[in-house]
Amino acid sequence: MALLEIRNLSKVYQRDSQAIPVFEAINLDIVAGEFLVLMGPSGSGKTTLLNLIAGLDRPTTGQISVSGEDVTEMTNRRLAAWRSRHVGFIFQLYNLLPVLTAYQNVELPLLLTPLSKRERREHVEAALEIVGLSDRGNHFPRQLSGGQEQRVAIARAVVSDPTLILADEPTGDLDAKSADEILTLMQRLNGEFQKTILLVTHDQRAAERGHAIMHLDKGVLTR
Amino acid sequence: MKYVKLVWANLTRSKRRTILTTLSVAAALFLFVSLRSVITTLEDAKQVGSESRMVTRNSISIVFPLPEAYYTWLSAVPGVTSVSWACWFGGIYQDPKNFFPQFAIKADSYLPMYPEMVIPEDQRGQFMAERTAALVGKGLMERFGWRLGQNIQLRSSIYVPEQTWPFTIRAVYTPTDPSFGDELMFIHYEYLYENSGRWATPGWYVLQLDDPARAASVATVIDEHYKNSGASTRTETERAFQTSFITMYGNVGFLLNAIGMAVFFAILLVAANTMMMAARERTSEVAVLKTLGFSDRLLVGLVLAEAAVITVTGGLIGVFGAKLIFEGTEFQGAGFLPGFEVKWGTAVIGLLIAVLLGVVSGLVPAWQAARLPVAHTLRRVA
Repeated sequence: MALLEIRNLSKVYQRDSQAIPVFEAINLDIVAGEFLVLMGPSGSGKTTLLNLIAGLDRPTTGQISVSGEDVTEMTNRRLAAWRSRHVGFIFQLYNLLPVLTAYQNVELPLLLTPLSKRERREHVEAALEIVGLSDRGNHFPRQLSGGQEQRVAIARAVVSDPTLILADEPTGDLDAKSADEILTLMQRLNGEFQKTILLVTHDQRAAERGHAIMHLDKGVLTR
Repeated sequence: MKYVKLVWANLTRSKRRTILTTLSVAAALFLFVSLRSVITTLEDAKQVGSESRMVTRNSISIVFPLPEAYYTWLSAVPGVTSVSWACWFGGIYQDPKNFFPQFAIKADSYLPMYPEMVIPEDQRGQFMAERTAALVGKGLMERFGWRLGQNIQLRSSIYVPEQTWPFTIRAVYTPTDPSFGDELMFIHYEYLYENSGRWATPGWYVLQLDDPARAASVATVIDEHYKNSGASTRTETERAFQTSFITMYGNVGFLLNAIGMAVFFAILLVAANTMMMAARERTSEVAVLKTLGFSDRLLVGLVLAEAAVITVTGGLIGVFGAKLIFEGTEFQGAGFLPGFEVKWGTAVIGLLIAVLLGVVSGLVPAWQAARLPVAHTLRRVA
């Protein structure tokens, strides 16, 4: 059984009286432990698809199920709780909170859990260790390089042990060396920790790190 | 408690803005509490007078005097056990800004009617024995650093303004009730009369009743008697007299309340603007928090908590700052506001207003945070 099932998914944006279709009747299955790469030209709807899977946006029609739970039927409140347990999101521009230290940024998703302070500390330290930033916990984002910021963002995405990691062009703002480190880290998360990853990218070299590549173009998804 | 760090981090994001907004709220609450304390002090002053003492004054206004000849007839009114009188001296000590009230009294009958003034017996005797003696409140002695036996000179704005009036402080009183005031000065009416070319007359009469229940009938008898005289009278209980004296200022309560409300709305706009700016600056961060799973309700709580910390901290500084300053300086409004204090009830109202300010100023940004479309915002950031 697939971890993620997408059936007949359509998204149409409404701008004034004009309907702008992004994609129509998309179907996709991702099995647990898979590292799937999604490519496509700008404006093809890759980010929209990620947002729909994460429950950040609502589809026009269709169904998205993660571990058997229908995301599209959930209320906003339930969706927020579901997202905190099942989705780790990695952004292109890291999106760390500048007023919090690396440690505090990573701890954010755990604040939504019933974990004690000591348990939260153990989880955060483990996540920072995985991304190789154990010694940078007290640093603020402005004191870190772009690559380090993205590694903190990855630690934040995995700290609550989510079912699915969604990465939206995580190397898009990094130099080649940092991008390579991030991709290696993601491969390690997939291989060593069996994390299911859906990676959106424009970069062919990044795409080659995944198990399979899918293309989204003109509203059509092809493997 | 686990969200405290997040709230604190957001508050310290722009320290200058947070501090200035907090101080604005503090200043507004200081002003509000001060104005309200003036109102409560004036309200208390209405309760100072005794119900068993009555005051007979000129029916036109208290600034018009009454003939000394009324004394004999008033003393014979059934229900009246004793009569005395007083008048406003209008003295200036060194400089007009050193204002304090002085009353020329017929001391032998006046002092026994006011047990609220506690005077040591030896001092009372010395005051009664000397025409130029002055009886001074404890607070006034401290205010000017006077001591017993000291000679002071006053210039009256009413009686022979070109001459100075020498007095010797022979007695000090302590009020049993702070709202009676301890910044008053009493001098002998006889001294004023003789040295003013004998044109000083009573400003008002004070009547002691045998039964407070007879106040209405006594007032009717007196005012009917003098109805067609050259100086018709108005007689009322001392408490009612105090009230009418205070209302001479006009509707002070309404005016101060109006200023207080204006201050409240001005600071509400300041606080709301600060919170709106703070929220607008971190729209993308709110979107990220939502992506991490923070619910709308939680985000509303965080924004409101942030606003409340600013306004409640400002409120605490303003309210307790006012309480400490006014108590520390023993402020009495130059004798016009005896017993002035920031009551605990006023402090609580001030703090409740601070909480209300926090909720109202945080409501719009909190609602905006809850309604933020995440996907649209994240796309704009990227």
